[in-house]
Amino acid sequence: MTDAELSDLVARSLYAVAPDIEGEPIDPNKSFRAQFEIDSIDFLNFVISLHQATGVEILERDYPDLQTLSGAVAFLRQRLP
Amino acid sequence: MIEFKMPSLGADMEAATLVEWFKQPGDRVERGDIIALVETQKGAIEIEVFNEGVIGEQRVQPGRKVPVGTVLATILSPAKEPPSRPAATTTEAIEPKAPERRVSIGETPALAAPPRLRITPAARRRSADLGISPERLSPGPDGIIGLEQVPSGVEREPGLERAPRSRGAGLDLDEMRKAIGAAMVRSHRDIPHYWVVHAIDATPVFEWLEKQNALRPIERRLLYVAPLMRAVALAMKQVPELNGHYEEGVFRPSPAVHMGLATALRGGGLIAPAIRDADSKSVDELMSAIADLVPRARLGRLRSSEMTDGTVTLSNLGEGNADSVFPLIYPPQVAIVGCGAATLRPWIAGDVVAVRRVVHVTLGGDHRVSHGRHAAQFLTRLSELLAHPEAL
Amino acid sequence: MTNSRLTYREAVREALREALARDKRVFLMGEDVNRYGGAYACSLGLPAEFGDERVRDAPLSESAFVGAGIGAALGGMRPIVEIMTINFSLLALDQIVNSAATLRHMSGGQFSVPIVIRMATGAGRQLAAQHSHSLEGWYGHIPGIRVLAPATVADARRMLWPALEDPDPVIIMEHATLYNDEDELPADGDMSVDITKAATRRQGSDVTVIAHSACVKKALNAAEMLVGEGIDCEVIDLRILRPLDDETIIASVRKTHRAVVVDEAWRSGSLAAEISSRITEQAFYDLDAPVERVCGAEVPIPYPKHLEQAALPQPQSIAAAVRKAMRR
Repeated sequence: MTDAELSDLVARSLYAVAPDIEGEPIDPNKSFRAQFEIDSIDFLNFVISLHQATGVEILERDYPDLQTLSGAVAFLRQRLP
Repeated sequence: MIEFKMPSLGADMEAATLVEWFKQPGDRVERGDIIALVETQKGAIEIEVFNEGVIGEQRVQPGRKVPVGTVLATILSPAKEPPSRPAATTTEAIEPKAPERRVSIGETPALAAPPRLRITPAARRRSADLGISPERLSPGPDGIIGLEQVPSGVEREPGLERAPRSRGAGLDLDEMRKAIGAAMVRSHRDIPHYWVVHAIDATPVFEWLEKQNALRPIERRLLYVAPLMRAVALAMKQVPELNGHYEEGVFRPSPAVHMGLATALRGGGLIAPAIRDADSKSVDELMSAIADLVPRARLGRLRSSEMTDGTVTLSNLGEGNADSVFPLIYPPQVAIVGCGAATLRPWIAGDVVAVRRVVHVTLGGDHRVSHGRHAAQFLTRLSELLAHPEAL
Repeated sequence: MTNSRLTYREAVREALREALARDKRVFLMGEDVNRYGGAYACSLGLPAEFGDERVRDAPLSESAFVGAGIGAALGGMRPIVEIMTINFSLLALDQIVNSAATLRHMSGGQFSVPIVIRMATGAGRQLAAQHSHSLEGWYGHIPGIRVLAPATVADARRMLWPALEDPDPVIIMEHATLYNDEDELPADGDMSVDITKAATRRQGSDVTVIAHSACVKKALNAAEMLVGEGIDCEVIDLRILRPLDDETIIASVRKTHRAVVVDEAWRSGSLAAEISSRITEQAFYDLDAPVERVCGAEVPIPYPKHLEQAALPQPQSIAAAVRKAMRR
């Protein structure tokens, strides 16, 4: 998958768990929490959604890498075959 | 025959708009069935029915905004009401209408003509110009929809409506803020609050969570709020003076703990939908309930019972940096539990000072029902429970 | 340009003087207009200026002297006939309705009746039930005549000449309580006036208050009372009771969406009813409230002052109707 496709996938996962922000532009380097008031429940649902979409195992200690769009793209690029 | 009325979904609700019927005349309903969707200041709420029977007539059509208490539909009890015999109740007896007909699936009962909308010609035309169904407008205090009741064209321009900052699909956050404001004014005015704070070492909970989550597949991972809610619910069971409703000068304790969870909405709204029977749900069950409830609250898709059933509220600021919170009780409840952030602090453990994750828990109580002693009982019990999360 | 301050009565007198001076065919006729100077002193001093031929006292017979006026008009004169009060004009109704209003139509346009009939109307001077009624609406019912109701000093001064220029009968209603009103007028300014248009006396955005004659002042007072309540009234002075200037009324109601009609006459079958009906016919989809009417009580006008005042529209009752239209 290209970075653009990964970026799209992350955005779709985020919108899926927080449909009320759907379509809003995402700043790739700003945390989801700071941009969209994403709390731990939204975040857990987001991580589950990423896992289900990609099959990538995500541990709790990986969570800090997934706080931004660019971070999540980099993480998936590294983990995906 | 039972009159199914627009329920009050909170102390601050006066009216709501019927959005959709899920059950049609002739459909069988059972207690707990969702029969309609209504839109309130707090979003779209699914309305449940509390009687068994068959839907008779729908008296309110989708799109109409009606006050609390308006009869939405009639529910016939099929076993007891034989066809073509007038019902025996006094209200029925004075109604000059045809005898109730027994309805069956596939047969549409004669609908009473809906009362004609009292709307001025100018208001009707403006709402048509704006593409707003007049049935969706709420009348003024005199029951008439005039120009004043139609939003001005500028407010409804599609460009503005779709502005990126207007978050909360299906929610009018300004309306919601108004409703919260009204409820909090009432709370602050009517309830003699007291607050008791207790610092609790929550380190065991976090250690237990870390171990649990390391073992669990991602879908079954727990968040701190789940064991916290479980502990609060169990501690509440011990102090009935904190759990129930105070209405018209009478406190009615609740045998079960239905836990309202204060949920901040993006853009500024706040809502506290309830998880029923939180005291008899496991940590895992609570976790699923929370994961289901919070996104629905943010989307404005809650059920009527979730709006009204809460017997106590939990307000958890665990993710921020605030040390503690002194929350206001959501009437008609009589207590609220506020948790500050769980932060690392010096802590006396036995003879040594240790670094522990400490949370300041505040119990706000209604002095008409409880006192500081009750709060202390609750907080002590909560502290004991959080010390042994594995036992929760 | 200098301004001169004059009363409504003086304005009427100035208008008569101008007409008598400008056109030799003009003459004034009526009860007491010569030796007494007119029941309301409108023609005081004019006989000395223009002679007894042109300012003529008439016998106490409205039918006779209005009929004589119609005959004179048919004969090429430009008579101004003064009737002491509108109540007495009923004695001349046959002449006005059956002759003056009809002859052009019955003669296939061969004859016209260029008569002007002036009469005092209305209550408020404790003259009791035989001198105080507002029957303008009855005249407003009759095709073939034009009915004017000057509510201001300026209109009293300016309306007579165009009325005389009209080839058909014109009736000018002068409310008896207005004669002492004072206003400034340009002494040598343009005296022309359009006798087909109503006048907007106050611009507003919330409610259109439609009045004529003495009720215009009351409506303006009510509008001022309501400013403090955040209600912005538009006040329309009808000026012409027949034919009604629908255009001005409807345009205003389209803007404000609410209308209050003020009419000193009795409500039943009144001019107010006619205006209300036209608004409903022509601006129904613009209305945000039912049209309100403020009319005289349906009694013969009482003599005692407090009862007389209670029987008439007042600023308070107009304000109350406006609030009702605003659903306040």
